[in-house]
Amino acid sequence: MYDVIILGSGPAGLTAAIYTTRASLKTLVIAGGKWGGQLMLTTEVDNFPGFPEGIQGPDLMANMRKQAERFGAEFVDENFKEADFSKQPFIVAAADKTYEGKSVIIATGADTKWLDVPGERDKIGRGVSSCAPCDAPFFRNKKVIVAGGGDSAMEEALVLSRFAEQVILVHRRDQFRASQIMQDKVKANSKIHVLVNTQITEILGEQKVEKVRMTTTTSDKTLLAKTPEEITKNFHEVLNAHAIGTKEDSIMWEMPIDGVFVAIGHIPNSSVFKEIDVDEKGFIKVQEHTKTNKEGVFVAGDVHDHEYMQAITAAGFGCSAALETERWLEEQK
Amino acid sequence: MAEVTFTDQNFKEKVLESKTPVVVDFWAPWCGPCRMVSPIIEELAKEYEGKMVVGKMNVDENQLPASQYNVMSIPTVMIFKGGQPVKAIVGAQGKEAYKKVFDEALQ
Repeated sequence: MYDVIILGSGPAGLTAAIYTTRASLKTLVIAGGKWGGQLMLTTEVDNFPGFPEGIQGPDLMANMRKQAERFGAEFVDENFKEADFSKQPFIVAAADKTYEGKSVIIATGADTKWLDVPGERDKIGRGVSSCAPCDAPFFRNKKVIVAGGGDSAMEEALVLSRFAEQVILVHRRDQFRASQIMQDKVKANSKIHVLVNTQITEILGEQKVEKVRMTTTTSDKTLLAKTPEEITKNFHEVLNAHAIGTKEDSIMWEMPIDGVFVAIGHIPNSSVFKEIDVDEKGFIKVQEHTKTNKEGVFVAGDVHDHEYMQAITAAGFGCSAALETERWLEEQK
Repeated sequence: MAEVTFTDQNFKEKVLESKTPVVVDFWAPWCGPCRMVSPIIEELAKEYEGKMVVGKMNVDENQLPASQYNVMSIPTVMIFKGGQPVKAIVGAQGKEAYKKVFDEALQ
């Protein structure tokens, strides 16, 4: 029987584990088959305090795990399957085993949101990717797209620019939500081209990614009145894209491409918890900073936070949840 | 036996000409998820000793097989039987998921 079972092993879960173990609570971390969370898919992390020269995301996570293990946290590197929060003790299942805990901290974070267009799913690992640091070197001297407009899209584009011949940043809006410093880096990079108001509609290719279809919305009526051949001639020659048609307010393109890196956001990993209240987007509803609708079940990090989504805020939420869990366990005695 | 290290030089002998099925973990030092897979592959190398040859290939230092077998994402764990790739698992998985695929390949 554990005092606390922590579901997830990103910054939120591991920080919580450091705090609960230091409070002498018997702690189990269900870390998942892929432990470490989103930072395992990054390179340099320059905004985590305490590392003036920056630190590699995977190194930061390995350090956090070591720190939690040092104080006695136990780890199961299997995926969480299901939980029963209806009575005490809570029961949590991972792989073929079940574990009993007096309290639970949900810190399952969020996963890549895919574009959800035809041709995408079957080409993951064949040119479609969500991890530029992992896959960028396979695109040496090739041409790739990064889809998205936030900091992670900027980072992916910058990482890819070190290897690829050309990086095309495709964003469906006309404004980026990325931080100014990241936008400036992207703008200063001569290999990166930006296409705004543009959505990828289909990914084409036999064995691997070969082409994409995109739609660009525009209010330029004179442009829309032209034939696709004329538009192709006037625009995007640098991208080797061909206009294949126009609609009332948009142009359809086709463009040869070797890779598509998706960084359009994340989906909270909350659907496995049947008894826990979530909002319309799937984020766990939080009460008093760390509590869920179930007594004794706490929550921390990106699975409930859609506002900040930073490693440091997730770690902070993990700390709060651990302290509240400790208080709650004390009250139960 | 610990896991084997495959290189461009020994790939033909150790993988393609092997009598037993071979598992190749394509990885690189710069890849975060590869670090999750590495310790699992080391454990599986021991568990499957005698039944399969399990090893790693650093794609930074050895680029030929990775490009020949269209590896475009790492970690990729590929199983070879009789010199042919029969199964590729792309992206980091849990230990049980790898065991399941290994066992299927052995049947």
